[in-house]
Amino acid sequence: MTDLVGEEDVPIEATLNGKPLKRRVKARQHLADFLRQEMELTGTHLGCEHGICGACTVVIDGCTARGCLTLAAQISGKSVDTIEGMTESGKLSELQSEFIARNAAQCGFCSSGMLLTAYELVASGRKMSRAEIREFISGNMCRCTGYHAIVDAVEAVMAKKVKASAGGKF
Amino acid sequence: MKARNFRYVRPSSLDQACRILAGVDEAVPVAGGQSLLAGLNMRLSAPKLLVDIGDLKELTGQSYEDGAVRLGALTRHAELLRSELIQKRVPLLVRAAAHIGHVAIRNRGTLGGSLAYADPAAELPACAVALGATLILGSLAGEREVKAEDFFTGLFETELKPGELIVAVKFPAMQPGMSVGFAELSRRHGDFALVGLAAVATMQRDRIGAARLAYFGCVDRAKVACSVSAAVAGLAPPLRDTSAFAQAIRQDLTPEDTTGLRADTKLHMATVLTRRVLNSLSQRTDP
Repeated sequence: MTDLVGEEDVPIEATLNGKPLKRRVKARQHLADFLRQEMELTGTHLGCEHGICGACTVVIDGCTARGCLTLAAQISGKSVDTIEGMTESGKLSELQSEFIARNAAQCGFCSSGMLLTAYELVASGRKMSRAEIREFISGNMCRCTGYHAIVDAVEAVMAKKVKASAGGKF
Repeated sequence: MKARNFRYVRPSSLDQACRILAGVDEAVPVAGGQSLLAGLNMRLSAPKLLVDIGDLKELTGQSYEDGAVRLGALTRHAELLRSELIQKRVPLLVRAAAHIGHVAIRNRGTLGGSLAYADPAAELPACAVALGATLILGSLAGEREVKAEDFFTGLFETELKPGELIVAVKFPAMQPGMSVGFAELSRRHGDFALVGLAAVATMQRDRIGAARLAYFGCVDRAKVACSVSAAVAGLAPPLRDTSAFAQAIRQDLTPEDTTGLRADTKLHMATVLTRRVLNSLSQRTDP
């Protein structure tokens, strides 16, 4: 059965940015390439392609994941949200406002991944110290800001959220 | 870079997965894929077939029975950090999980994947060995149990045979008087450890009774550091110096020079780290 098992073109059924998605994907294609090349969702960026830089961060079933370390074939049955979908839904608007106010996005290459990771942090409802925020976003590299402005922005939104509700998603 | 071409299959049962893995040459299982896919992208390996076991129900679940916590192989690193059962019964795993990669990696990477990949710089193999965990391996022939210290046979090498998968892992739960310690040194947060240590000890009042220490990052495979474990028995932390176990570390660890890090530097770091971990042990971490 050696060559008959498996396929090079894999059928998937998933949810992408809230809409149903049904198509065939190349087995070897990772999710970030699929989003960029097949779906024209180029907000998901590619830096290192081996899980270090975090530019390709997407949300799978509500949790951040590396787009380069997930195969497009693996999203079948799952719900994927990208920076485009999360922006349209308004979920990121407060973070985006604070990022802009503090110049926490300079060249912008890391920003889509950084915002999604920051969203997961803020949505946890936990109050974190600046050191804990830095640790949480340590998987997203930024070569412009030195992170200070980013931590400021995340801290500002987190403070509002913790104040508004004693925990829980927003 | 991009991965070489391969085929992909998503079996619907553990039996089917084992049958495929046993019957196809160069077939590799994938679950979280956080190490495997990075390796594929860098073309460090090029299997012909990826068998996606990420949705197999048989590999999930958490339970506590007969003094042991059984965790399905698909338990994500993030779940180790969240689970109240693990927090209470196997706190060493919680301490270790915080050091694995980054948030997005921990959301996808799995316990079984980390053990099967057997990276000598990974946290969980060392924890499994220090705790004396038992791995449950499944194949078409049924299940068999292998002790963690017998499972890791070499650099990225394990007891797993073709067609065999890790189904679950049984970790002995914390007992009264038991204490655990964990620390690692890496250049940046989330990087692989240069030197790391997982320790499990039975405390007799303020003294260390029996201890099992397993290093990672500076060894070729996860194993019990026998000489150090014997040397620290009877010590009463906090320790002022490292004289009681420094020689034993040189017996257990024989690191090699690597770019930017000499072997004697690694030994020094291991010695410093050992004292730190021993000084963190106390009876206060009882369940």
